[in-house]
Amino acid sequence: MSALVEIRDLWIEGRSDEVWSPIINGASLTLNKGEVLGLIGESGAGKSTLGLAAMGFTRDGVRISKGSVMFDGIDLIAASAAKKRDLLGKRIAYVAQSAAASFNPAHKLIDQHTEGPVQHGVMSRAESMKDGIELYRRLRLPNPDQIGFRYPHQVSGGQLQRAMTAMAMSCRPDLIIFDEPTTALDVTTQIEVLASIRDIVEQFDTAAIYITHDLAVVAQMADRIKVLLKGDEVEEADTRTMLAHPKEEYTKSLWAVRAFERPQKPAVHTSATPVVSVQNVSAAYGKIPVLHNVSFDIHEGRTVAVVGESGSGKSTTARCITGLLPPTHGVIEFDGKALPANYKSRSKDQLRQAQMIYQMADTALNPRTTIGDIIGRPVQFYMGLTGKQKRRRVEELLDEIELPAAQYIDRLPSELSGGQKQRIGIARALAAEPKFIICDEVTSALDQLVAEGILKLLARLQDDLKLSYMFITHDLATVKAIADEVVVMKDGEVVEQGPKQDMFVPPHHPYTDLLLSSVPEMDPDWLTNLLNERGVDNIGDAAVDKMS
Amino acid sequence: MNSVIRIILQRLALGLLTLFVVSIVIFTAVNLLPGDFAQAILGQGATPDAVEAIRRDLGLDQPPITRYFQWLGAALQGDLGNSFAQANFASFVGADSGVRTTVAQQIAPRFENTMFLAAVTAAIAVPVSLVLGILAALFRNSVFDRATNITTLTSISSPEFFLAYVLILFLAVLNPMLPSLSNIFEGMSFGERLERTLLPALTLTLVVTAHMMRMTRAAIINLLASPYIEMARLKGMSPMRVIVKHALPNALAPIINVIALNLAYLITGVVVVEVVFVYPGIGQLFVDSVKIRDIPVVQACCLIFAAAYILLNLLADILSILSNPRLRHPK
Repeated sequence: MSALVEIRDLWIEGRSDEVWSPIINGASLTLNKGEVLGLIGESGAGKSTLGLAAMGFTRDGVRISKGSVMFDGIDLIAASAAKKRDLLGKRIAYVAQSAAASFNPAHKLIDQHTEGPVQHGVMSRAESMKDGIELYRRLRLPNPDQIGFRYPHQVSGGQLQRAMTAMAMSCRPDLIIFDEPTTALDVTTQIEVLASIRDIVEQFDTAAIYITHDLAVVAQMADRIKVLLKGDEVEEADTRTMLAHPKEEYTKSLWAVRAFERPQKPAVHTSATPVVSVQNVSAAYGKIPVLHNVSFDIHEGRTVAVVGESGSGKSTTARCITGLLPPTHGVIEFDGKALPANYKSRSKDQLRQAQMIYQMADTALNPRTTIGDIIGRPVQFYMGLTGKQKRRRVEELLDEIELPAAQYIDRLPSELSGGQKQRIGIARALAAEPKFIICDEVTSALDQLVAEGILKLLARLQDDLKLSYMFITHDLATVKAIADEVVVMKDGEVVEQGPKQDMFVPPHHPYTDLLLSSVPEMDPDWLTNLLNERGVDNIGDAAVDKMS
Repeated sequence: MNSVIRIILQRLALGLLTLFVVSIVIFTAVNLLPGDFAQAILGQGATPDAVEAIRRDLGLDQPPITRYFQWLGAALQGDLGNSFAQANFASFVGADSGVRTTVAQQIAPRFENTMFLAAVTAAIAVPVSLVLGILAALFRNSVFDRATNITTLTSISSPEFFLAYVLILFLAVLNPMLPSLSNIFEGMSFGERLERTLLPALTLTLVVTAHMMRMTRAAIINLLASPYIEMARLKGMSPMRVIVKHALPNALAPIINVIALNLAYLITGVVVVEVVFVYPGIGQLFVDSVKIRDIPVVQACCLIFAAAYILLNLLADILSILSNPRLRHPK
């Protein structure tokens, strides 16, 4: 078998502030026809850059400084732009992380699908259209005959991701680069997309490079795995060997992340007054009802994880508790006393007691304000401290979140990493000295090692300060790690709730079961077994259910 | 589609409201002008009696609020009043012929000429700006891009009369291809009319191109970092196709708005060019009427200018909305 892609000693640099700094340091890679290679690493490891380089493509401000990229005997670095354009889309295709952003909003799906084959002269428009509908059917998209005539915004994320895979297949390429194709999806949707991608790659014997940060996902998809760390290759082996016997320390640490779990706390006294009690809350956006009769309690020093897919009403519940969205029915009690429904009618002290940490630390911090001011603002507003006292308190808070005050207090958010920014978000919430914090998907934008650090920090703070958390997440591994109690939501209703140990032991509500069984496991046979268990048809049905 | 119709109706209502507010502003501003028609026409030696008589005759002795509502009420019925300057003051000496020139009669041919000039200019300037903008985006930071930018910026920064004389020098004097005077009149053939309008139209093209071209370029370049543009490149599409097929349809809203602003300028702001080419447009009429305090004509012109701005902006709003597939095809 001859190699389809041969990358030898490839060095890539990126420019920032007029200085070229290395992104990839001498990577080599061989991919045979019909083979799937998993590229794994944290953000900033250079996975995407390497994946794009395998197409002979670099983004603006990035350059290949040394090395060779051969595709089927063609030197992609030496090839002219026109020669490369002839290969791209036709023999090498790309599936992007966010299908919603990567489909052109101005054109229908089928028009974007047929563009490649027609422009490359592979098929006529009519042929390609017929072929596209057939591909949609094979990828188990609902209503394959019509879905192509929709615009991207009219189709859900999981469906778009499959339509993009179909588009990549439109010229029957020899190689597809999948760049984190399921990272933005819910677990239940992820399974459908993974199964579709795996099937179609097998059917057409296409070679693929599968880029992801999720080990369990790559275990299902790849024949071989290559681990990258900050532009350096860590190790490479076939999937089963890599999972069973990782050699390098870094790989082992990646593998170990999923092991973090807090010990179970003793049961709460039934007579104790909960810190927050959500009682029969219903809410609506305009006339559209989104929450129906939601009730749960959060006790002192406990973490209640609220889980569910996107659109299940998790964040809306948080908006009701904070008073941003006054409920149409029901009350929110704090320490046994009903809170005014609208945040505008709440006292400063009531506002102080409940704080929030957001998913995107990037957008939740004012980019033009220093760390000292970001944390100092609530210190002054709620606690009334000024001058030296305020500064001392900010320094204490920075200590609390394990960032040396002297080093960070005068920095801007842009000078911090993603995990550090999230820590600042935590410090800002702590500055108000609350009893209760809502954590809205606080780890889902972070790499696994960094996320684990944040979870450990939150756990320690809870023990030290007797904080109560409402932890909104769609990631069940996070639930396992940090929750005391779990509330499962679907379509604005609570379908199941109880202590964590009960939730992870059958019998479950069928929806909880679907969620739990959809979390990828490190076993390379997991997806195959699951599909057999559920029956492939069920996945198609699940997709149709989501449509309605 | 219903939501689009609702948005359009909302904008339309808002446009009418704006026009109403503008009518108040126009009326107030015109009344703030020092002196009035009676004084202006009778000159220094006017007797108070004569001034008073003309004022009474024209209704200038009424309180402003009464006059405003009379004017507005008549304007709503399509009657813009009678021109003071064309009125026959024989009535004042007791021999009224009964013939009066209405403002509408006076403005209509001028307005038609202005629209003709604006249309010819738009027919040249809009396609040229779009093509230049697209090419500049395609060859961004190249010599072509810089040359286009410098040329259009120079032309927008030069005074209009200067551009006009330069064009006259090259296209009428040194190479007599086009007439330097644009005195058009009724009954001219379309071809002849077009020929005489071409020089002022070219001058105005130079004035409005820079703005539209630069916005086209900027709006397209703004989108080039989008994931869907990267996707189009990774599908092996040619740079031209990436820009025209993938970037341009998403860049239309800001471009349409700038085009509308420039077209409104063509209708309302071309006095200098009209004067240079002796083009009988509405701008000259407006300036003349201000000079002699012919208030009904001034008010009518202002109202037309305001309506042109509001209508064109409304049209731009509607087209921007229609260029957005999210609004055209709701979920």
